[in-house]
Amino acid sequence: MTPADNNSNTPNDWAGVRRGQQRRPLEWLVEKGIFLVSLSAILMVFLIFLFVARESLPLVLGQVDARAARTSMTLDQIKALPTAELAKLLAMSESELATMQKAEPETVTLLIDAKFEEIVVAPTDKDANINPVAWRYLLRPHEWSGYAKPEYIWQPVSTIHKYNIIPLVVGSLKATLVALLFSVPLSLGAAIYVSQLAAPRTRELLKPAIEMLAGIPSVVLGFFALIVMASVLYPLYPDKSRLNAVVAGVALGFAIIPVVFSIAEDALTSVPRSYTQAALALGASKWQAAWKVVLPAAIPGVFAAVVLGFGRAIGETMIVLMASGNASIMSLDLFDSVRTITATIAAEMGEAVKGGDHYQMLFLLGTLLFAVTFISNLVADQVIHRLKAKMEGRA
Amino acid sequence: MDVQTPQLHFKEQPIDPDFGDFRVKSRDFASYFFTGLTGLATWLIVALLAVILANVVYHGWGTLSWRFISSDSSEDMFDATRAGVLPMIVGTSARVILMTLFVLPIGVITAIYLTEYARSTWMITRIIRGAVNNLAGVPSIVFGLFGAGFFIYFVGRGIDSVFYSEVEGGVWGKGGGLLWASLTLAVMTLPVVIVATEESLRAIPPGLREASLALGATKLQTIWKIVLPQALPGIMTGGILSVSRAAGEVAPILFTGAAYYMAGYPEGLRDKFMDLGYHVFALSTQSPNIEMTRPILYATVLVLLILTFTLNLVAILIRARIRRQMRSMH
Repeated sequence: MTPADNNSNTPNDWAGVRRGQQRRPLEWLVEKGIFLVSLSAILMVFLIFLFVARESLPLVLGQVDARAARTSMTLDQIKALPTAELAKLLAMSESELATMQKAEPETVTLLIDAKFEEIVVAPTDKDANINPVAWRYLLRPHEWSGYAKPEYIWQPVSTIHKYNIIPLVVGSLKATLVALLFSVPLSLGAAIYVSQLAAPRTRELLKPAIEMLAGIPSVVLGFFALIVMASVLYPLYPDKSRLNAVVAGVALGFAIIPVVFSIAEDALTSVPRSYTQAALALGASKWQAAWKVVLPAAIPGVFAAVVLGFGRAIGETMIVLMASGNASIMSLDLFDSVRTITATIAAEMGEAVKGGDHYQMLFLLGTLLFAVTFISNLVADQVIHRLKAKMEGRA
Repeated sequence: MDVQTPQLHFKEQPIDPDFGDFRVKSRDFASYFFTGLTGLATWLIVALLAVILANVVYHGWGTLSWRFISSDSSEDMFDATRAGVLPMIVGTSARVILMTLFVLPIGVITAIYLTEYARSTWMITRIIRGAVNNLAGVPSIVFGLFGAGFFIYFVGRGIDSVFYSEVEGGVWGKGGGLLWASLTLAVMTLPVVIVATEESLRAIPPGLREASLALGATKLQTIWKIVLPQALPGIMTGGILSVSRAAGEVAPILFTGAAYYMAGYPEGLRDKFMDLGYHVFALSTQSPNIEMTRPILYATVLVLLILTFTLNLVAILIRARIRRQMRSMH
């Protein structure tokens, strides 16, 4: 499954050995080319981070001002503004505005119109002068006018854009938690059974069957959760939302079962047979050998499987977009509708204006997602790598 | 304890409780119980898979017809007797075929470097492997953002500002299109191709390479004439797996080219396209009348599943053959 698992045992031994003919200059060039191309994976990871983070950079640096109230201006006055001030008003960098004016002038006109309308209908209460993309409002609750107490609110389309990301983070975590609770016991049980207990012929049948689950596109799982599962489960909680963290989480669980299963199965299989044989020779049953000898030896791999499952679940989009209800309610009740980070990006990207504060906010969420999955991948990777090295050293 | 301890006059030896369990009974109730429980978990997963497939086949089979597959939905998208999915099949096929053109060469070359040249102790090898693993774990929606931020807004607009600065609204950077969606998917499926190709390269006996070298071939000649032809089935597996993965992905193409509805077919690399997976999403969330569109929805899902599963099955069969080959070698 993971390429890092392949260690130096087989063909690599000839890697640096000079045998055969001397290389020709052209071949030397081609081989350098091969090396350069092989760097593309690194380049891509780097570019992904760079370009997702780049779009949200002004916001992170606090350069964006998305205040609702502004000095009163007429439409003509706005249009007559010099580029620098107009860029500031539209919350864009000057060069961005210049490119946009060249590439799509009608978008700029639309932006100006939208801004003008904002100015006209801008509220004049205490929140009017708040810059809602300041970190304080992204992370901490605020008592918006009209609300009785400080609250966490994600509401990007309103006169005052409210971008508190906490409800989205909580939503993602809720759906992920349900997914893990549902899928980890199942897939670990299956991994133990398939790798240690099942007869070889049954194993040959079961393994591909479970891996087939990975072949179901996530949009199909989302469809299944939305059309079938939600209706089947709804009678169990008639006074709650029909689409909620549980429905989305269980469907999400389907999606990560193959991930958790195959990594855990791989880790369990990598434990040398001699461990099991020794336990069996001492009179243990197959289950006892699996549970008390093999599983403890492979436990880092199991941990890695769960971490990767977490990363996959938190980054999954279509299932939660379709089956979670998509209401950004700040609550810990698993039967409430949730709006996850991924679903928010998917649903709102279409209506966000390029370069605007909403757009940058969505890219910031993307950067956050990237960081979380990057770290969980890194951790899992290291753990698996060490486990393999240990197992192979001892074998 | 069912064993009668003889009444002897020496102190009882303390027994390690864990060890005691091991030794005495090789088949106890707990073992049966937990073997059954884990077996149950396994079969439950298989059953869930079966339920999903059966549900889709049961509800979708009735609507699936040659007419459904071979006609477009220009008349009425939501009427089961007139709607068709040909534009979606064309769009999905176009984007995945285009994708393989980008991802296969790069993936195969990377795999060649990793197996034939790099040593696992090298720092750069570890970084490349780490990057590949990481790429495999990046959320698909982030690929979507990347596709929009890099391919459309950076590359596309960059091309526009250099070559088409006089064209109003831009040419390549005006929005999503087949090319940008395919490139985004190619980045996403790169790890799939690399891992599958690497596996097949490793399955080739080192003796073959050595024989070639001993006959005086250079390393590159050996790779080109001996290693690659042998690895072809594995490379095909990688290609097929990446196609099946990409065919079902919707999140990366949301912002890079998928269209909710368009009349006609994409005619060039810059055109938007309709897509099977996106159509499933659109029908199930934005349909004006879910009861009426349900048959179309199920049939579309069935088409998508048939597509991805056939591809997967072929890949699994080829892969099983490679693994058998590898086992017999060692």
